[in-house]
Amino acid sequence: MTPLLEIADLHVRIGSSHILQGVGFAVPPTGVTAVLGRNGAGKTTTLKAVLGIVPKTGTVRLDGEDIAGLPTHAIVRRGLGYAPEDRGVFAGLTVTENLRLAERGRGPHRYDLVYEMFPELRQRGAQRAGTLSGGQQQMVAIGRTLLNDNRMLLVDEPTKGLAPKIVTEVADVLERAAREVPILLVEQNLALVRRIADHVVVIEQGAVVHTGEAAGLLSDPDLTRELLGVA
Amino acid sequence: MSNVVLLALTGLGLGALYFLIASGLSLIFGLADVLNFAHGLFLAVGAYGTWWSSAHLGFGFVPAVVFGVVAGTATAVLVEMLLIRPLYRRTIEQVLVTVGLSLAGVALLQAAFGADPLTFPRPEWATGTTRIFGAIVPNDRFLLIGAAVVVLAAIQVFLRRTRFGLIVRAGVEDRTMVTALGINVRTAFTLVFAIGGAAAALAGALAGVYFGNVSPGQGTSLLIFAFIVVVIGGMGSVTGSAVAAVLVGLVQQFTSFYAAAGVGEASVVLLLAVVLLARPGGLAGRAT
Repeated sequence: MTPLLEIADLHVRIGSSHILQGVGFAVPPTGVTAVLGRNGAGKTTTLKAVLGIVPKTGTVRLDGEDIAGLPTHAIVRRGLGYAPEDRGVFAGLTVTENLRLAERGRGPHRYDLVYEMFPELRQRGAQRAGTLSGGQQQMVAIGRTLLNDNRMLLVDEPTKGLAPKIVTEVADVLERAAREVPILLVEQNLALVRRIADHVVVIEQGAVVHTGEAAGLLSDPDLTRELLGVA
Repeated sequence: MSNVVLLALTGLGLGALYFLIASGLSLIFGLADVLNFAHGLFLAVGAYGTWWSSAHLGFGFVPAVVFGVVAGTATAVLVEMLLIRPLYRRTIEQVLVTVGLSLAGVALLQAAFGADPLTFPRPEWATGTTRIFGAIVPNDRFLLIGAAVVVLAAIQVFLRRTRFGLIVRAGVEDRTMVTALGINVRTAFTLVFAIGGAAAALAGALAGVYFGNVSPGQGTSLLIFAFIVVVIGGMGSVTGSAVAAVLVGLVQQFTSFYAAAGVGEASVVLLLAVVLLARPGGLAGRAT
């Protein structure tokens, strides 16, 4: 299967820290690829480097096209939807304005899909996003990525800090979204990864130490403990 | 009573001038993170453009103001594209360039038009007065207040009703996330410089009407009060700037009249200190 996203020899230096030290992996064009690793391993930085949010060196190819030198907005316009770790909602804008801002091109923009998955967003359209709960803000963040016809979603720790019931809802949405568009998911919640991920990439101290089928890693307690420090 | 009315309307007029300058400064800082010390140059270009087109092209007041505003807007766009754009995220260099440009701008205007104040073309109705509650109020105060209200309303419509306005409001909160939604925020930077330049140039033309003359250093002196207004109002908030401009204008006028001439300026600095102690983020900012 030809990969949709290929990353090779990715380096990120911020100040005196060498955060990514030659990260390389490929993301297939279907399913969920989970990026795992301990805190501070470089998972979030990897997503930011792919999107050009942090300065980097190395190769990033989307469907064969080298996008490493492009500015962030141009990379995103090539079909990458991004839901960041802190959700990135605009607190002073309403829910509807947050969604409108994410519209790219002339559309069509898939409001029907977004409101079907998150009916609450329609009801709370006029509410300022800063007054939403963490789970509702996550709905806005994921909703924005679903609005456009993206080729891949990059989703960073979508369940962080959420109540168990909301985690299940987010997992349902990601599982459903993954049927239409591949997802590159950074996640610490192994139960969620077990449920929805097809492939895994494990990063440790800024380098990839394992890639493969999700089931292969997560069904092996010794390997999981060795790579992630948990079973 | 008549003194209070006159001082209030004069304070509001002065506040209107400060708002016209501060609104652009605030938007530029809020979105692009640029402390634009060259903003006074846009004001001066607007003032001299108005004067020049009236004196040399024979324009009437309104066409002359339009000419001045276009000149100020074009200057702002050129400054953003040629000097600021290569220096985004390089704060120190930005400050050096904009301070240098403001000093060079004053020198250039002096070289072109001389250091002495030039008598400004004022429409006849603006030189008259209106009696309100016993106070004889110069008509130019109403012109300044009216212009500021129209500009405030126009900026609000732009920010609330247009996609670019939505981008600007979002960019003031989190510029990186705006680009991560696939939006080229640099276009919005140029746009806020154009809006800021137009408002400042209009302020320049109206300052000419208010003071009766135009001089090369006028933009620099007004800019200091505009910066105070931006800080009091809260960086990035146009509404905050409007409230702060009214406060600063009124405090300046009333304390100058009831205390002593120099006290007006000092009281504005005191107001700034009080607001910053109570609300470090300014009136419309977060109380951190």
